[in-house]
Amino acid sequence: MKVVVCTKQTPSTTAVFTVNNGTVSWDDPGGKPNVVNPWDEYAIEEGIRLKENHGASDVIALAVGSEESKEALKTALAMGCTEAILVSDDAFAGSDAVGSARVWAAAINHVSDAKVALFGKLTIDDNMGVAAMMTAQKLGWTPLTFVSAIKEISEDSITVERLLDDGKETVTAPLPAVLSLVKEINEPRYPSFMGIRKANRAEIPVWSAGDLTVEGETGAAASKVDWSHVYTIPPREGSVTLIEADSVEEQAKLLADKLFEEKVI
Amino acid sequence: MLDFSLTDEQLDAAQMVKDFVDSEVYPTIKEYDRKQEMNPAALPRMAELGILGINIPVCYGGQGFDYVTLGLVCEELERCDSTLRVVMSVHMGLNSMGVLQWGTEEQKQRFLTPQARGEKYAAFCLTEPGAGSDVANLRSTAKKDGDDYIINGEKMWISLASKAHHFLWFAKTDPAAGSRGITAFMVTSDMLGVTSGDIHGKLGVRAGSTGWVNCQDVRVPAANRIGEEGEGFKIAMSCLDNGRYTVAAGATGLIRASLEASLKYAQERETFGQPIATYQLVQQKLAYMQQWYDNARLLYLRAGWLKNQGIRNTRETSMAKWYATDHSFQAANEAIQIHGAYGYSDEYDVERYLRNSRGAIIYEGTSEIHQLMQAGYLLGTRKDKPLRRELPAYDPDFWQAE
Repeated sequence: MKVVVCTKQTPSTTAVFTVNNGTVSWDDPGGKPNVVNPWDEYAIEEGIRLKENHGASDVIALAVGSEESKEALKTALAMGCTEAILVSDDAFAGSDAVGSARVWAAAINHVSDAKVALFGKLTIDDNMGVAAMMTAQKLGWTPLTFVSAIKEISEDSITVERLLDDGKETVTAPLPAVLSLVKEINEPRYPSFMGIRKANRAEIPVWSAGDLTVEGETGAAASKVDWSHVYTIPPREGSVTLIEADSVEEQAKLLADKLFEEKVI
Repeated sequence: MLDFSLTDEQLDAAQMVKDFVDSEVYPTIKEYDRKQEMNPAALPRMAELGILGINIPVCYGGQGFDYVTLGLVCEELERCDSTLRVVMSVHMGLNSMGVLQWGTEEQKQRFLTPQARGEKYAAFCLTEPGAGSDVANLRSTAKKDGDDYIINGEKMWISLASKAHHFLWFAKTDPAAGSRGITAFMVTSDMLGVTSGDIHGKLGVRAGSTGWVNCQDVRVPAANRIGEEGEGFKIAMSCLDNGRYTVAAGATGLIRASLEASLKYAQERETFGQPIATYQLVQQKLAYMQQWYDNARLLYLRAGWLKNQGIRNTRETSMAKWYATDHSFQAANEAIQIHGAYGYSDEYDVERYLRNSRGAIIYEGTSEIHQLMQAGYLLGTRKDKPLRRELPAYDPDFWQAE
């Protein structure tokens, strides 16, 4: 059974952003400005565990993006994925969520015999959290979101635990399936030294639009998202009021009244 | 051709170690420093991640990276805290690399391989209660008895004393022969008559293990003798060439930690209505710390490059160790000054940096010893003679062969 891990290269969690005339740029004084999307590390780890513990034959990391996204794929290889493929084409650049899902679906279809596709819960740049569901819809596969544990997996079905607002539920679904994973599912490993060496020597193949059968429109022209007005959020202005009263209880009451009044609670 | 670039492999390895210490060591370091205990997870995790065998060939259980990567790793470890770099100094620099250089093939299989895999921890037993810089005056003895040696003696200020399984032990086989009467042995902690314990109340490196090791009539097979009889002094000095390298790289990390903390604080802390980073006297301190960092890093990377080439580097390593440790103390001191009263409290990290930096100016050759060495090279009174076995040059094909 082949497992596909869908990754994205994103700005690091400590990157500092600047917006200049609508153009966003970022840097990270403490390290690399771009990293594999932190949520995707859980997907990479789970993919590797499916190979180590559940007999998956291949764990293939995909990334859709520019040549720079090979860095994210290198991380996936260094952690233990067996293969990495970059999906890159000018025709895909600037796609919105639907366009991206069309590309993901075409790429996953291009991996023959893939049974499971793993996504992190969301990517920290767009913060939408819809890629897994949209891709499942385009593929016609079972969507399983907020997965916090894979309990059983066979050639044709999977049983997972889903972490919901009001508890956990156990679901059994037919394969193939697309899963989005929450951080409770595992603790991602560090890249191994041997993995680092192998990843740096790996030739990462690139699939372009010509290699894939993408159904529907992609790219900036087809995007429904308007990026024409990008600006830095103005700093929030606030003031401090010290609540004075004779007792702590009285202070607490005044604070609660104020919070109700301001509709904070 | 002079090449200052580092490979992606080297940088990624250093980044992995940075991620490890940031997420697993830093969050509890203050707690263990206060308790004067080593985090019990530290050594097993370093073993599991392969750090304990980073630059040992894969065929001996290591990770097959080069000597430069060892330096980069030590810089990252000590940027967080000195304790884990100290582990690398003794386990890797002073012991494992000594076995790599001087051990027989059988000894490499028996000692180096489990050490590189992190199944056994290794220490270096040279210093004694009455003999530090004065190595030739050590009192520990090894008397031949059939196919064995009987070792007696006490070692002091031994890092990993209470944790290590393998002690590279230096003893006199010919007490009348001075430095030429010293022989090296691998003493293991399970041998009858070996006892050890930790010392508390140190100024710094409080989250590490430093202690004493005692041998009382310990029977050591001749197969555990590293090198020839009487070769121990040369072995000890060549091990120090590697230990000092890790100390230099680590101290460079301590300078970086001091600089990073100072840079952050100076831009946040305001006095007289503006961040203290706007004051020129604070800027001067930051500029000096950057200068010290750049110099120390260039010096240790030069030593690492020489090791990779298989070129003797005793002088260059000594210079790197002397410069980096002296300036790590200065950098930590200036970091406290920038932090003001807060720097004097353990609420911030910089007071720990200062305490940790001090020991490295004493161990593995005091700064005074390194000054005498440099002067000796200048005046021609000190020359490096070829050794019977040199540290092998880094050969990627051999190192990485699985």
